[in-house]
Amino acid sequence: MSLAQHLPALQVVLPLISAPLAVLSRRGGAAFLIVTAATWAAFAIAIALWLQVDLSGLVSYPIGNWEPPWGIEYRVDRLNSFMLVLVSGMAAIVLPYSRASIEREIPQESHYLFYAMLGLCLTGLLGISITGDAFNIFVFLEISSLSTYVLIAMGRDRRALTAAYQYLIMGSIGATFIVIGIGFLYLMTGTLNLADMVPRVAVIENSRPGLAALAFISVGVSLKVALFPLHQWLPNAYTYAPSAVSAFLAATATKVALYALIRFYFTVFGDTFLFEKLPLPAMMLVLSLFAMFFANAIAIFQTNLKRLFAYSSVGQIGYITLGLSFDSLNGVAASIMHLFNHGVAKGAVFLLIGCMAARLTTRQTAPPALTLERLAGLSKAMPWTCFGVVIGGLSLIGVPGTAGFISKWYLVLAAVDKGQWWLVGAILLSSLLAVVYVWRFVEVAYFRAPPAGRENVGEAPLSLLIPAWLLVGATVWFGFDTSFTVGSAIEAAHQLVHNGR
Amino acid sequence: MLAHFTNIITVFLMVAGLFIIVARGNLIKKLVGLSLFQTSVYLLYITPGKVIGGTAPILSPQYSVYSNPLPHVLILTAIVVGVATLALGLALAVRIREAYGSIEEDEILTRDHHVESEETKEPL
Repeated sequence: MSLAQHLPALQVVLPLISAPLAVLSRRGGAAFLIVTAATWAAFAIAIALWLQVDLSGLVSYPIGNWEPPWGIEYRVDRLNSFMLVLVSGMAAIVLPYSRASIEREIPQESHYLFYAMLGLCLTGLLGISITGDAFNIFVFLEISSLSTYVLIAMGRDRRALTAAYQYLIMGSIGATFIVIGIGFLYLMTGTLNLADMVPRVAVIENSRPGLAALAFISVGVSLKVALFPLHQWLPNAYTYAPSAVSAFLAATATKVALYALIRFYFTVFGDTFLFEKLPLPAMMLVLSLFAMFFANAIAIFQTNLKRLFAYSSVGQIGYITLGLSFDSLNGVAASIMHLFNHGVAKGAVFLLIGCMAARLTTRQTAPPALTLERLAGLSKAMPWTCFGVVIGGLSLIGVPGTAGFISKWYLVLAAVDKGQWWLVGAILLSSLLAVVYVWRFVEVAYFRAPPAGRENVGEAPLSLLIPAWLLVGATVWFGFDTSFTVGSAIEAAHQLVHNGR
Repeated sequence: MLAHFTNIITVFLMVAGLFIIVARGNLIKKLVGLSLFQTSVYLLYITPGKVIGGTAPILSPQYSVYSNPLPHVLILTAIVVGVATLALGLALAVRIREAYGSIEEDEILTRDHHVESEETKEPL
């Protein structure tokens, strides 16, 4: 077999190996080089896999050459390959950024551990996205979760510890719910291979264990997705984690959980059963609307900038689940697009917040929180940083010319297809809430006088600005050139909705 | 009733674990609950896999009744995950105790609220 055939395995194995190597190196610089090399290789592999799927439609890889369904199968279709590009791409940008960022936020002696954990977290997220085995999803989920808890706990504020603890409890409950659900599915179907499960689940899904499996998986995955009202772990985790970690998590972790939700709902259980025979669309619709309005409204009243955008994430997840609840081509495509577009925009915003943290906090003392008052007049000192946040904010609102507009446009189209005109109003109205919280930042940063004693603050170093602006640029780029995002999302939706029929 | 004996035990442990997590404010006790909850899932997988009188799946004319070995393998992985989660949780509890001087959830919360109200008061 040539190397190209082993790409699915290398996709996960390379970051996995980089983590112990980083620990063995015991030096921040060496660990950084190892993990960054593995991450960039993973990004290149993800793009190669995306192209392979373009050619052949489906890439199946038997791990250890054990034939599926007995062995573990890595199965890459359009949706997987799209997720792999998002996750590894975000990691490829966050890693160079983290070098300069953690200098200021994490003690020198634990830098190599930070990189090892980031490598493991990436392994877990890529693994969930690529595997075609139900129990494997749980294992990778735990790999990514456990490393995430550690990464969050590395924040300088002591509240990072309680945030990590709270997430550990909630996340473990979620993962255990998922494993209970998978257990029921295994008991009823006798297989763990997702593709092999599909015809067997179709027979048993209306039985009591089948429904119990659905319920456990739904609640468990929703916890990891931070679907309203299961989002309580998210604001604290994003607020107190180191800046690079907040950006990476905001852009990938909840998105991969959403991928798992889509995979279980549309591929395994099949939307014909879920969305036509069960009251699931109505439930998802109500929860999505709650997320869109409540979480966005809560975001408006936050004084801490990181927490403000964390609540905005919960709100944006509402749009993604709203698209899924339509169960139509445009709706699911809009969700998949928004996964990507929101990931890019929110990643950019959190990276730029990290730039502010680098300039406004000193190395020695505990970091003062980035409250809005402290950002007064910041646009004069840090014009690029503030302007980037504004562009990211415009994408969160969904202004034309940014990526966020494209996915919201398809979401509106899907609502119109269903004849739900009031939902079009709801989408626009909740976007107005986003205008308000973005405006709060603009008002403070652009129209207020800087406080006394901050004259020596300058623009963030280029090592932080360049990765952040790459993402800001991507936000604008994907607002104009939509062939990659819209093309992939629609193709994936074709494969998912009604199982490709 | 007796036929469901193992299921009843499993569900009892599961609910007891979840209840402890929700009802207790002590960080260590919460972890005990979490551990109990995770352990109950081991039973959920393993008990249906065992056929009384069944052996390991060895292809031989002597044996005709087999137990399913796969759940055991899966749960071996889950046990490792459970141990890692518990270890990390305990490590976090130690660090929280060092930082706050307490492992009671409500005391930690009041200390955080105190800090937060000061943070918003004084600008840089």
